[in-house]
Amino acid sequence: MTVLTQSPAKPGDAGGPAGGGRRLVDMVLRARELSILGALIVLVVATTIANPRFLSEQGVKDIFLNASILALLAVGQTMVVVTRNIDLSVGSVVGLVAFVSGKYASTGHHNLVLIALVGVAIGLACGLVNGLLVSFCKVPALVVTLGTLYVIQGLDHYIAHGDQIGAADLPSALLSLGNDEVLGIPYLPIITVIAMLIIGFYLRSYSSGREFYAIGSSPEAARLAGVPIRRRVLTAYLVSGGLAGLAGVLWLARFGTVVADAAHGWELKVVSAVVVGGVAIVGGTGTVYGAALGALLLTTIGSVLVVLKVTPFWQDAITGVLLLLAITVDRLLALRVTRVLRARGRKMRRTRDAA
Amino acid sequence: MRLDAQGLTRNLVRWETAVTLLLVLVFASGAGFSPDFANSGNLSFALGDLSEIALIALPMTMLVVCGQVDLSVASVLGLCSALTGKLWDGGMPIETIIPIVLLVGLVCGLVNGLLVTRLGLPSLAVTIGTLTLYRGLAYVTLGTEAVAEFPQQYTDLATKSIPGTFIPYPIAFFAVLAIATAITLHATGAGRAMFAIGAQEDAAYFAGIRVKRIKLVLFAVSGLVAGFAGLVYTLRYGSARADNGLGLELTVIAAVLLGGVDFDGGKGTLGGVIAAVLLIGILRNLLMLNDVSTEIQSIVTGLLLIVSVLTPRLIAVVREIRDRRQAVAGAATATP
Repeated sequence: MTVLTQSPAKPGDAGGPAGGGRRLVDMVLRARELSILGALIVLVVATTIANPRFLSEQGVKDIFLNASILALLAVGQTMVVVTRNIDLSVGSVVGLVAFVSGKYASTGHHNLVLIALVGVAIGLACGLVNGLLVSFCKVPALVVTLGTLYVIQGLDHYIAHGDQIGAADLPSALLSLGNDEVLGIPYLPIITVIAMLIIGFYLRSYSSGREFYAIGSSPEAARLAGVPIRRRVLTAYLVSGGLAGLAGVLWLARFGTVVADAAHGWELKVVSAVVVGGVAIVGGTGTVYGAALGALLLTTIGSVLVVLKVTPFWQDAITGVLLLLAITVDRLLALRVTRVLRARGRKMRRTRDAA
Repeated sequence: MRLDAQGLTRNLVRWETAVTLLLVLVFASGAGFSPDFANSGNLSFALGDLSEIALIALPMTMLVVCGQVDLSVASVLGLCSALTGKLWDGGMPIETIIPIVLLVGLVCGLVNGLLVTRLGLPSLAVTIGTLTLYRGLAYVTLGTEAVAEFPQQYTDLATKSIPGTFIPYPIAFFAVLAIATAITLHATGAGRAMFAIGAQEDAAYFAGIRVKRIKLVLFAVSGLVAGFAGLVYTLRYGSARADNGLGLELTVIAAVLLGGVDFDGGKGTLGGVIAAVLLIGILRNLLMLNDVSTEIQSIVTGLLLIVSVLTPRLIAVVREIRDRRQAVAGAATATP
C-alpha cells in the first residue's frame, strides 16, 4: 500500500531501486538458461573430442528430430507448471492421439490438415477435462492428471485392442512431414520452434501472459489483483493438451509404425525437461525457452551415451541426478535473490524514512 | 442443540465410513456374483496380491498427513528387487542380502528426506527426481535380466498363508505394522504433530514441533518399508527384475486419497486408508475373475482416483452453501 501511494509522487526515487531488483532477478533467470546452454555446449564439445563422428550432419539432425517432440510437450507443460499446477496426462494423450489419428489416416483419410485437426481436437478435449477439474472443481492437479493418465491410457489400449498402425497404410505426405526437411532443416524442429516462439512471446509480452506467472507466484495475491485464475489455468491445460495432441500426430509422422503404448511414461520425461530447464515446480518462474533447452539437453545426453558406448541404462539415473541438481540450484539461487532483494528493500525504506 | 445435530450429521457421512460401506457392499455383491470369489484360496490370493501396496500405504499415509508425498517408493522397490537379484546371483546368502537391501531402502528414503528438509525443496519435485534416479540405478544394477530360483523357505514365507487361516504371512506382518502405525498416528504426540504439520506447517514450527526431524524420519521409514516391499515382491513372484513394481506409486497414492486423506495434509485416518486398500484389492480381484481386460482396470483405477478427490470437494462446496444459507436464516431470525 505504501509503495502504491508513494511511487506516483516520487517516481524516480521509488522506481530506481525496484528497477534494479527486477534487473537482478532477470539476470539470474537469464543466467539460468545460459547455464543449460553452457552445459549443452560442454557436453557436445567433450563428446565430439571423444568421438568426432558425433557431430556429423545426420547425428545433429537426429538429435533435433528426437528432441522436437519432447520439447513441444515441454513447452505446453511449462504453461501449466508456471501456474503452480502439473499435467501428468500428456504421455497418455500422445499415445492416444498417435493411435487414433493413425487409425483415421490409414482408413482412407489422406488430408494432412484434417489428420492434424483430429489429433489436436482429441488433445484439446483431454486438456479441457483436466482444466475443468483443476480450475473449477479445485482438485489437486497432481491427483487429477494422474487419474486422467490412467483413464486415457486405458482408453487408448481399449481402442487399440492389440492392433498396430503400419507405416505402409499411412499417406506419404504424413510420413514426409515426420522425416523430410526444408533447406536442410527437418520439419519437426521447425514446428516446435514456431510453437515455442509464439507461446514464449505471449507469456513474456502480453499482460494476460504475465498473469500466468502471477498465479504461480501467489494464487491468493493474483486473485486479489483480479486475475481470472480459473480461465487462465483452463487455458494452460488446453494449450498443454492441444500441443500434446499435435505431438501425437508428429509422433505418428515420425515413426509411422505405432502401437498403443507410444510415449508410455513420457510424462515424467517431460516434467524432468521442464524442471531441468529452470521452470520451478512451485510455479511463478521459468520460460518455454529454458524448458525446450532442457528437452534438448536430456535428448543429447541420450545420444551421447550411445556414442560413448555407455549402457543406455545410465540415462534414467543421469536424468534423475540432473533434475535434483536443477531444483537444488534453483532453490539456492532463489534464496540468494530474496536475501539481496530484502536487503535492498531495507535500504530503500531507510532512505525514504530519512527523507 | 443445532450445533450438536450438525456434528452428528457430519459424522454420519464421514468419508471413511462411506468407503467402508462401499467395501462391504462390493464384497457382498462379489460373493453373490462370482462363485470363485468368496473362498479362502481366492481371498488369500487377493490379499497376498495387495502386500506391497498395503505395506507402502502405511508410511505414505503419514507423509500425506504431513502434507508431503513420496513418489519414489516404487523405484526404491525396483532398486531393492534388482539388488536382491544381483547379490543372490553373485552367490551371497539370502540372510546377508536382506539387511543390505533394507539398508539401501533406508538410505534411499534418507536421501529424499534430507533433500526435502535440509534444502527446503518441495517433496513432489524431489521424489519425481529420485523416482527417475532410483529406477535408473535399478536398471544399472541388473539391466533387463531376471534372476530367479530363490530358496524355497523364503519364497514360501512370501506366498504361503499362516497355517489354518487364509492370511498370507506378508499381510500378517502388514497387520502388525498397521496397528503400530495407527497407534503412532492417532494416539501419540508424534501423530498429533504430523496432523499439525500438515494443517499449518509454520504454526506447528512455532508451537515447538520438530518439523524437520519428523519429516526426515517419515521419509526414511517410507524408504525402509519400500525396500522391504521390494524383498516381498521379489520373493512372492520368485523373480528379481529392474522394472518390478513399475508405476506402483500411483496405486498407493490412489489408495491413500481414496481412504480420505487430504492431499494438502492435516486430515485423514489410517482406518480409511486400510479400507481403501482392501477396496482396491477386491475390485481388482473381481475384475480379474470376471475376465475384464487390464485396460478397463486401468480406467477404473483412474476414475476411482478422480472421484476420491472430487467427491470431498463437492461435499465441501455443498456444505459451504448450506452453512451460508443457515447463517443468513439465522441472521434473519435474530434481527427481530
